[in-house]
Amino acid sequence: MRVMVAMSGGVDSSVAASLMVDAGHDVVGVTLKLWSGPDGEAPTAGCCTVSDAEDARRVAAQLDIPYYVLDYTEEFRDGVVDGFVDDYVSGRTPNPCIECNRTVKFDRLLNSLDDFDSEVLVTGHHARSRLEGGLWHLLRGTDLAKDQSYVLSMLTQSELSRTRFPVGELTKTQVRARATEVGLRNAHKPESMDICFVGQRDYRTFLRDTAPTAFQPGPMVSTDGSTIGSHEGVVGFTVGQRRGLGVAVGEPRFVIRIEPETATVVLGERKDLAVTGVSLRGVTWTSGPPDTARVVAQFRSHGEPVPATLNEDRLIFTHPQEAVAPGQTVAFYDGDRLLGGALIERTFP
Amino acid sequence: MIYLDHAATTPMRPGVWDAMQPYSNAVFGNSSGVHEVSRRAKNALEEARERIALAIGAQPREIVLTSGGTESDNLALKGASLNSVPRRGVVTVATEHEAVLETTEFLRRVGFPTTVVGVGGDGAVDLDALVDAVDANTSVVSVMFVNNETGAVQDLTRIVETVKRHDPYVLFHSDAVQAFSSEIVDVEALGVDLLTITGHKFGGPKGAGLLYVREGTQLEPIIHGGGQELGRRSGTHDVAGAVGLATAMEAAIRDRGRFRSQVAQIRDDFQKRLSAAIDNLIVNSPETSRSPQHLNVRFPGVRNETLLLRLDRGGVAASAGSACQSGASEVSHVLEGMGLSATEARESVRFSFGWDSTTDEAIEASEIVVRLIEELR
Repeated sequence: MRVMVAMSGGVDSSVAASLMVDAGHDVVGVTLKLWSGPDGEAPTAGCCTVSDAEDARRVAAQLDIPYYVLDYTEEFRDGVVDGFVDDYVSGRTPNPCIECNRTVKFDRLLNSLDDFDSEVLVTGHHARSRLEGGLWHLLRGTDLAKDQSYVLSMLTQSELSRTRFPVGELTKTQVRARATEVGLRNAHKPESMDICFVGQRDYRTFLRDTAPTAFQPGPMVSTDGSTIGSHEGVVGFTVGQRRGLGVAVGEPRFVIRIEPETATVVLGERKDLAVTGVSLRGVTWTSGPPDTARVVAQFRSHGEPVPATLNEDRLIFTHPQEAVAPGQTVAFYDGDRLLGGALIERTFP
Repeated sequence: MIYLDHAATTPMRPGVWDAMQPYSNAVFGNSSGVHEVSRRAKNALEEARERIALAIGAQPREIVLTSGGTESDNLALKGASLNSVPRRGVVTVATEHEAVLETTEFLRRVGFPTTVVGVGGDGAVDLDALVDAVDANTSVVSVMFVNNETGAVQDLTRIVETVKRHDPYVLFHSDAVQAFSSEIVDVEALGVDLLTITGHKFGGPKGAGLLYVREGTQLEPIIHGGGQELGRRSGTHDVAGAVGLATAMEAAIRDRGRFRSQVAQIRDDFQKRLSAAIDNLIVNSPETSRSPQHLNVRFPGVRNETLLLRLDRGGVAASAGSACQSGASEVSHVLEGMGLSATEARESVRFSFGWDSTTDEAIEASEIVVRLIEELR
C-alpha cells in the first residue's frame, strides 16, 4: 500500500513512518509548512525557516523514503490563525490544534492523497482505529497518559477510512524505545507543548501583535453587576482564569463570563464557575449518533470524562462542571471508544 | 532519473574534478604561508586567477574569489553601499535573485535608500523607471543578466550604457550567475563595474565563485580578517575551488557555441512536444531574449507542488523556481513580478537543460510530463 506520513519532526510521527516502512508499505513523508517561523516570528528572509522540518527530513533520509515540504501557510492562516484570533475577540476559548486537524490535516492534506498517489494518510497521533462490522471506530491510545483521541474527535467515517494511527498501539516508552532501536536521531527529543504559531511567547502577546484593534478597554464587573475595575481588552482573558486579573478583592476571583459586545469581563467566586449544561454546534459522530442520550463527555485533552445527557444540541451535565467555556471542544466517549465531538457554543449557569 | 534542473545546479564537466584533486591532497598548503607547500598552492591560485580573469576579459587583480553567487551579490551591494564614496542607495529589479533582493531589503532596514523597479510581461526591466530611480545618492544599480526562473535575458549592454549616460558615477552590478554557459560574458563589452559568477552553474564545483570588481571601484569588505584578496575578502583560499572554477570556465567557453544551438534545440523540441500534447499550456518564459537552458511553463489547473512530486516519482527532476532551504515551493516572486497571479504562479514549473542534456532524455521526459498532466487533470 502506498501511504503518506505526515511528519512533524517529532518522535511519534518519525516512529509512525518507520513502522510503515517495516510493514512493507511504499511510504512518502511530508511536512507541512504552516507558519513562517518556528517561534512564530516572521523570518527576515522570504523563505526557508522550517527548523523542525530539518529533523523530519533527516529521519526520512534515514528511512530512505521520498520526502517533501508542502506549503500550507495560506490554508493554516485562513483555517486556524484567523479563527484563533476571532475566537478570542469574541470571548471564546479556541483550541488551534483541533482546528488544524479539522481544516488542514484531515481536510486539505487528506484530500490531497490522490495527488501523492497514496491510499492512506498516517499520522503520529496516540489513538487507535479499528474496522469492525464495516465501520471504522476510534479508540483512545494505548498510553492513556498520551491519548490524543480528544483532538481527533471531529473525525468521521470519511476521514477514518483513509487514515491510520500506528503509534497509538504503543506506549510513549515503547515509541521512544523503538526510535532508539532504529537509531532515529530524535528518539529523545522533548515534546513540544507550545502552540506552533505562538511559540514560547504568551498567546496574549501574539494577539496584541496580530489584532491590536481587538484590545478595547472595558469594565470588569462582579456577578451582581457592580463595577470592580477595568481591563485593556477582553482578548486577554479566558473563562476560568484566576491569575493576572488586575483586581484585588480579598477572596479569589475568577473570570466567569466574557461579554464581547460590551467588552465586559464578569468576575465571580469559584462557585460561579459552575456550569449545568452547554449548547453545541458542529456535532459529528464517528460512526453515527449513539442509541442513548446518556453520554460521557470530555472537555480537555486529558480532562476527566463526566456523565451527561444529550438532547439535540443541548448537553446537560449530571453534576455541574467548572471551567467549561464557549469555543472549547467536547468529545463523547463510550469507555475507550470515541463517539464524536462538538464545539461549545454557549454555557448555562 | 532525467535531470531537468540544471539552473539549480549542473554536474561537473569532465576534467574539472581531476584538475582540483591535487590541491585537496598533495598540494594542501595554505596559499598565504611562507614555505614550499604554501608557495605551490599560491602559484596554483594565482595561475587560476589569471585564467578566470581571461575568461571574462578582466585583469587578475579585478577578480575577488568568493564562496559563490550569494556571497558575491552580498559583497557587491553591501560593499558598494558602505564604501567611502558618500552615495548610499541601491536600485534593483523585482525579478532579481533573493541574494540581491534580500541584501537590498537588509540595506533598506538599516537605513539605506533603496528602490526596486518592475519588469514587463516579458521579464525585461522597465528601463525608464530604472533610470528615473537613479539619483545623486545612488551607489549601485543591480540588474541580473539572465533570470534564473524564466531565462529572460536582459539587454545588459544597453541598460548599462543608458544608466551610465544618465549618471556616470553610479556603480553597475550584474548577477550573471545564470549566464555563463550560454552568453558571452565580457566585462569590457558589458561595461559593468561589478559582476557575479559562480562555478556550479556551468560545470564547476559548488562553493567557488567570484566577484569581478573593476579597477578603481571602491568596495568595503564584508568579511574581515587576514586581508586576502587584496583586503576585499578575507579567509584562507580554496585553492582547489579556484582551480576547478578556472577549468570549468574554460570548458564552458569552449563548449558555448555548441551549447547555444544544441541545448536550445533540445529545449525547443521539449517545449513543442508539451505544447502539442497539452491543452492550454502557457509558456511563461519570453519567446525572444531567452537563454537556451530555461523553460518556465504553466499548466492551468495543476498545482506545481503536486506535479513536481509526481515528476520526482516518475523519474524527472524539475523545480518551481529558486531552491530554498525548506524545500517548500513558494509563490515565485519572479512570475508575480511579470504579472502572474499567485494561483498562476503556483501552476508554473521550471524545466532547465544543461551541458549533458540529450534529445532522447528530453523526449522521454516530455512523455512523462504529458502522461502526468493527463492523470492530474
